Amino acid sequence: MLKKNTPAPDFQLLNPEGEVVSLSDFKNKKNVVLLFYPADWSPVCGDEISLFSQMKPIFDKEDAVLLGISVDSFFCHKAYTAHRKIHFQLLADFEPKGEVARQYGVYNEKAGYNSRALFLIDKSGTVQWSYLAPDEVNPGADGVLDALEELKETNV
Amino acid sequence: MPEQLKPGVSPSDHTRGARNPQLEIVEYGDFQCLYCGAAEPIVEEILEQFGTAVSVTFRNFPLRDTHPEAYDAALAAEAAAKQGKYWEMHDRIFAIQDTLNAQHLIQIASDLGLDMTRFRNDQQSPEVLQKIENDFESGARSGVNGTPTFFVDGIRFDGAATDLYVMISENAS
Repeated sequence: MLKKNTPAPDFQLLNPEGEVVSLSDFKNKKNVVLLFYPADWSPVCGDEISLFSQMKPIFDKEDAVLLGISVDSFFCHKAYTAHRKIHFQLLADFEPKGEVARQYGVYNEKAGYNSRALFLIDKSGTVQWSYLAPDEVNPGADGVLDALEELKETNV
Repeated sequence: MPEQLKPGVSPSDHTRGARNPQLEIVEYGDFQCLYCGAAEPIVEEILEQFGTAVSVTFRNFPLRDTHPEAYDAALAAEAAAKQGKYWEMHDRIFAIQDTLNAQHLIQIASDLGLDMTRFRNDQQSPEVLQKIENDFESGARSGVNGTPTFFVDGIRFDGAATDLYVMISENAS
């Protein structure tokens, strides 16, 4: 998986509306938190995506935009976003399947989906922090929020 | 790196059980979350059996989009706290979790003998809103990854209330 100080590979992926979103859209504007995750529709309440969605106001305060990435199609993301009332964009790493996850080193070849991983990318497009969680464990936001705090301190 | 509770328990929290606990439990919960509801009798059992050694603090982590009544319930509990009835409200909300709505919250407040004008005002007071927001943000920064999430002596406990009960029972024996 990509580590600190690596340039973050750019990507073009479809959001739930079928529009193209690029990592470079946010360059020099926002810090970006990428949430790679296995799939929509995890059968629990308080799944990772719903939790981060509820925490979005905290990321807004930290000048960071959240982007979720799974191998589900944008149609699936659209339904999931509406059903779970998700407040950030979910992107479809759908064709070629898992291509972006592969570039970030977090594609699970055996399972055929993205591993559960978090990346913090600063405004210059550099990976500042990354974390790989076990598939079955929600990572929580503490690590990435700490990394954002650290980033703020180094930029002062 | 284990997930650590930030900030630690303070007098602004709602805590019951031992005054000088040997073991400090913090629960981040949501009044409408079924898992929190299921955990409640176990947490109460822990207090019943080990309440002289253990304290339990409850912080709000309402998942508003998943549980539409959770936030209003948190407001009601915090408003009741302003009249010294936090735990009474907390316990009764969990007891009627399945049928939670605004009218029931008012009914509980009335049954508890709260000053209703004050209760309604406190439900909307900036202080109460801020308390819930602070709880939620502290949960996010402490690594809450679902509800309920427990912390034991400031470290995230990756298990359910039943696991917590087993751990405490083993420690006590």
